[in-house]
Amino acid sequence: MVGHKRYPAPLLYLQLTHMDEPRENVEPEAQLTHSLQLEPVISSNAVGSRNPNQAAMAASGYEYEDGLQSSVDGGISYDPYFVPDPVKSFVVHLYRHIREKNVYEIHQMYETSFHTLSDRMFKDTPWPSVEAVAQYVDNDHVFCLLYREMWYRHLYARLSPTLKQRIDSWDNYCSFFQVVLHGVVNMQLPNQWLWDMVDEFVYQYQSFCQYRAKMKSKTEQEIALLRQHDQAWNVYGVLNFLQALMEKSSIIQILEKEKEGLEQFTATDGYDYSGGSNVLKVLGYFSMVGLLRVHCLLGDYQTGLKCLHPIDISQQGVYTSVIGSHITTIYHYGFANLMLRRYVEAIHEFNKILLYIYKTKQYHQKSPQFEQILKKNEQMYALLTICLSLCPRVKLVDETVNSQLREKYGEKMLRMQRYDDESFALYDELFSYACPKFITPSAPSYEEPLVNYNQDAYRLQLKLFLYEVKQQQQLSLVRTFLKVYSTISLEKLASYMEVDESTLRTILMTYKHKTHSVGADGKTISNADMDFYIDDNLIHVVESKTPKQYGDYFLRQIVKLEAVIGDMDRVKLE
Amino acid sequence: MNSCIVVVPTDTVIAEPTNVTGSTSHHGIEVALEFKLVEHPTEPLKLRTGEEDSGGRKMGREAAGQSQMSYTVEQLVAVNPYNPDILPDLENYVNEQVSSQTYSLDANLCLLRLYQFEPERMSTQIVARILIKALMAMPAPDFSLCLFLIPERVQMDEQFKTLIVLSHYLETAKFRQFWDEAAKNRHILEVVPGFEQAIQEYAVHVLSLTYQKVPRSVVAEAINVEGVSLDKFIEQHVAKSGWVVEGKGEVSLPRNEFNHPELKRTSSAQSIPLDRITRIFPLLG
Repeated sequence: MVGHKRYPAPLLYLQLTHMDEPRENVEPEAQLTHSLQLEPVISSNAVGSRNPNQAAMAASGYEYEDGLQSSVDGGISYDPYFVPDPVKSFVVHLYRHIREKNVYEIHQMYETSFHTLSDRMFKDTPWPSVEAVAQYVDNDHVFCLLYREMWYRHLYARLSPTLKQRIDSWDNYCSFFQVVLHGVVNMQLPNQWLWDMVDEFVYQYQSFCQYRAKMKSKTEQEIALLRQHDQAWNVYGVLNFLQALMEKSSIIQILEKEKEGLEQFTATDGYDYSGGSNVLKVLGYFSMVGLLRVHCLLGDYQTGLKCLHPIDISQQGVYTSVIGSHITTIYHYGFANLMLRRYVEAIHEFNKILLYIYKTKQYHQKSPQFEQILKKNEQMYALLTICLSLCPRVKLVDETVNSQLREKYGEKMLRMQRYDDESFALYDELFSYACPKFITPSAPSYEEPLVNYNQDAYRLQLKLFLYEVKQQQQLSLVRTFLKVYSTISLEKLASYMEVDESTLRTILMTYKHKTHSVGADGKTISNADMDFYIDDNLIHVVESKTPKQYGDYFLRQIVKLEAVIGDMDRVKLE
Repeated sequence: MNSCIVVVPTDTVIAEPTNVTGSTSHHGIEVALEFKLVEHPTEPLKLRTGEEDSGGRKMGREAAGQSQMSYTVEQLVAVNPYNPDILPDLENYVNEQVSSQTYSLDANLCLLRLYQFEPERMSTQIVARILIKALMAMPAPDFSLCLFLIPERVQMDEQFKTLIVLSHYLETAKFRQFWDEAAKNRHILEVVPGFEQAIQEYAVHVLSLTYQKVPRSVVAEAINVEGVSLDKFIEQHVAKSGWVVEGKGEVSLPRNEFNHPELKRTSSAQSIPLDRITRIFPLLG
């Protein structure tokens, strides 16, 4: 649609107490061009060659996150000020829908149109700069922030951001979050978009840490810029923004009140039907998942779980309204529990989500998140394999999931339970494939010789994990014996296992200790399906049988039946 | 100049930012907010005194009359943990935990995080104390949780290597080796009072999981006590924990669901939580 109608100057958003001018992104000292313009690839001038780290990465199985795409080549010309008609129409309509709070339309444009246009016109280039489109949207400040956010996200996904662009993206997030925190933002955005913002924010932080840690190939220009902008993607900034969103939105209190029936949040999927805005509340909600993710990246699993605590993952909630959020939440929750040695809990949650993905992935085939969903699916199968090897409770796993698991990792799992050298290599492989991209949050010391330390955090977590696996080495053997005998004397078992009696006692106590984890409430829980106790010198074996949970099943069927009867009733009346 | 407000919901205000300073470089949030600590909010947070397991084991006694400082530190950790200015408070708090035989995992993790963010400010002495305290919290995995946050090259330090070895022995129930190694490193461990008792409690916990009847010698090795002191120890547990001295130099441990699995079966979850039943209340009418 060519041309656009003029809309009255919007007061989309209430006045803000401190309002910045849209930042001028020109840095005179560094002599860099306008931030939204593409930087030339900084390679040929670099002192020394750019080390290809790819081979080393591939060998360790730890993925290279920033992709191997290069920035725009000289061949494709990119003019940031040229706005093709479809883009004009896109921003005009999007702007209108946001003003009119047509959440459904916004969602369609955001989810579908944006990606269609990107595929068609901006496969290898960024979108037109925000300065160029601003004139079509009345120079609305907040819309520009939103547009910029999408702009950078597109850049990160298709191209490789330069340091300057990373810093500018940080600035944009700051501005946007400050707008949201400072005042009441009078718009309703789809949950998908709000989730993507938080998700992308954490992703860009992770990406920045990885980038910063590769000091070896940094040019002096880059180092100077890094030192100058030490606030950008600073760990305190990232964490405090997420914390601030969470607190300012009072989301914890809202969720509490909801349990008592005093508030509506989950029931409306977070949307505000009384004329207000859902942005702060939902951003605050998703920030809890964001905090869980950041803490996992730092290796602090306990605090990560605490941050997630206000969300009840045994129920549906706003976190399940967006599949990306659902998967990310459970993935990190499960991983944190794995590291906390709460294997049963991890197995339980991985099982649920893998079953869910199996049943629903066909509906997401066209969605831009499909690849990510598949990737996380594979990673969680790997994590489930690890959990089941350390804590063999196959009965906890649904049949569908189990058969998928056997297909993908059946053989490996058998080899892992032998606890020889090969099995440690397999634990290493699966862990490295499936773990989050751990980061080192501290800034590098620019004086020391420049090394790449982006793998340090990952190596530490891997090392500690394998250490734990090693301590559990004997347990698998004990379990095989427990499966065969109902009682056995210490003497006999010691001779079968080729150890002396006192060593056997320590092994048995280790088994007990490792299979009884300390739950979130401080109580001891047993994870084992094969258990035992020692009386005199005799070991009595006990196999725990989980009783069939009829209660839940009946409850579900009762509710279902009522629904069917209700439907039938309605048919009669018509 | 930008400023950002980190706001605490007003009905639970415990600390008010009195001065928000902007940073000269543009968009970082200035985290050096000055906090004016307000006394006595509605619901004081309880100091965590450690886990209680089936054996009723408590780690350290709660300091009689919580000091004002530890109280506000807990509040800080809950509300404003990503703030480099609270680092000295957290360090003092570690020392307080040591001297008053209390324990707070959350506060210690918060401090280890801050050390992670600013490695130049790390104090190995404080970290060592945190680790020892974490060891005392066993069977909880606190020691590993702390290690996850300590950079590898710091873990290469001699005293940390020793602590890791000690943890390894405890995790694999190698009590005799543990006590031998601990004796060799008394100088590291004696800075934290209550260490021995805490480990003995952990040993008793593991024994209670494993045995219905345990030989005296095994108990002796696990808690590193012999002869008359051992008799006294057993006597105390007979009095307060239901131990029974059998003939033949054995001790019967009290029944719990882990060494008496039939107890567990009867309490297994055939019960359905109430909130699930409430779903069908509207249908039952």
